[in-house]
Amino acid sequence: MKPFAYAKAVDAATAITLRSQFATARFLGGGTNLVDLVRQGIERPDALVDVTGLPNDRIDELADGGLSVGAAVRNTAVAKHRLVRGRYPALAQAIVSGASGQIRNMATVGGNLMQRTRCDYFYDMAANCNKRHPGSGCDAIDGFNRMHAILGTSERCIAAHPSDMCVALTALDATIHVEGTRGERSIPFDAFYHLPGDTPHIETVLQPDELITSVQIPPLGFANNSIYRKVRDRSSYAFALVSVAAAIAIADGTITAVRLALGGVAAKPWRAHVAERALLGNAATPETFRRAAEAELASARAASHNGFKIELATRTITGVLRELTEPGDAR
Amino acid sequence: MNDAGDNGPARPHDGTDRADDFTVRLRVNGRAHDLRLDPRVSLLDAFREHLHLTGTKKGCNQGACGACTVLADGERILSCLALAVQYDGRDLTTIEGLATDHALHPLQAAFVEHDGFQCGYCTAGQICSAIGMFNEFQDGVPSAVTANVSSPTPELTEEEIKERMSGNLCRCGAYVGICDAVRETFANKVTR
Repeated sequence: MKPFAYAKAVDAATAITLRSQFATARFLGGGTNLVDLVRQGIERPDALVDVTGLPNDRIDELADGGLSVGAAVRNTAVAKHRLVRGRYPALAQAIVSGASGQIRNMATVGGNLMQRTRCDYFYDMAANCNKRHPGSGCDAIDGFNRMHAILGTSERCIAAHPSDMCVALTALDATIHVEGTRGERSIPFDAFYHLPGDTPHIETVLQPDELITSVQIPPLGFANNSIYRKVRDRSSYAFALVSVAAAIAIADGTITAVRLALGGVAAKPWRAHVAERALLGNAATPETFRRAAEAELASARAASHNGFKIELATRTITGVLRELTEPGDAR
Repeated sequence: MNDAGDNGPARPHDGTDRADDFTVRLRVNGRAHDLRLDPRVSLLDAFREHLHLTGTKKGCNQGACGACTVLADGERILSCLALAVQYDGRDLTTIEGLATDHALHPLQAAFVEHDGFQCGYCTAGQICSAIGMFNEFQDGVPSAVTANVSSPTPELTEEEIKERMSGNLCRCGAYVGICDAVRETFANKVTR
């Protein structure tokens, strides 16, 4: 492992200053992804700035009924929080669907947002990967790509975003609060991640001098009727083939509000805007759900081994919406 | 100072102190240890190579198998993905710290009773993980099989145990015995 300096920051300003003193420093949360990446030589930072000691380790209820979740809060603490479980059950479900108990105890919210893809070719230092080594090519496109993305991909990269938590946060209209040398800003979840395009190594809009300090979840009354369903090769401790986070409100049989996001199928946590538009204002029937899911997947592009994800995603969306609208049935 | 064990066990500390080493105080099984460590040293290697507490095992060394599970302030973590320097001042418990007065921890005894192992390599991690798992359950943490996360089930069913223990692999396949041992030890102790 390449040597690196280590420094523990006590507040955001210190963390940002410390990071600026090194050429290739990274912020360190629970380390569950970054320590492995550094050990494998995939990330080669000259310094790790530990941000787990910052005071943003709390979950606060906002005046409007939303929640502010500090970036240093551990994933388990989010899933356990009474208001998260009551108001945003899909978020609690998404978190406990990911990784293992041990990893969720270590991993921070900020670290979850910044985790890297688990594409095998990204991890294999002998393989070509435009994300790891820009311009080298993508061995996944003609390789074993069963786990890879079908939405938002490019000719340069078909890696899938691995997070479960971020799929729920994307559905819930969460925003990411960051601090940097030029001040603070808030970024909607849906605008935080870049699609790979020609530059798959550039993954977020975050600047080198910026630190994620919290995630804000707005009040969303109908989100108490939300769920996260994860479909995977084994029933636990596996990354998603397809996952769906959804919240829906119905009045007199008509869909009056809906939030839908997909995981395991896209280059970033995928807000299903096309499906949402096809659902809103229409009758809450299985036919509507299926048509909306098909509309979302119409832009999917399968590689050689992951074509099954198109129908799997369509069925999972349909099944989740049925589960939310037919209580006691289809569960 | 050597590397932190990329492949296979790390070499022991050679005794040389470098300017970029850190003084790290690890409280392990009730005893404080002051170590000088390169920041690359994992908590797992600190236990095994620096404190010679070899009960905690190195399986995959990449967070996939759970063999290195220990408790930090009662919470289960993977010591292979933990940099020791991040655990300065924390209260750590390894498998060596569970037995008291020459009596096994009840879960250790249950593992013996129920054949919760064959080769034994995953056992320390399984036992530390199950203790942390029960703490989480008591604390109201839901799981992926909890039917209603708004009000988690108070029952530690076999399904809940299997889901909550999924981060600990046993390549011998002693899962039935492991589940039996965990259930016998904890199922009747649920107090919330």
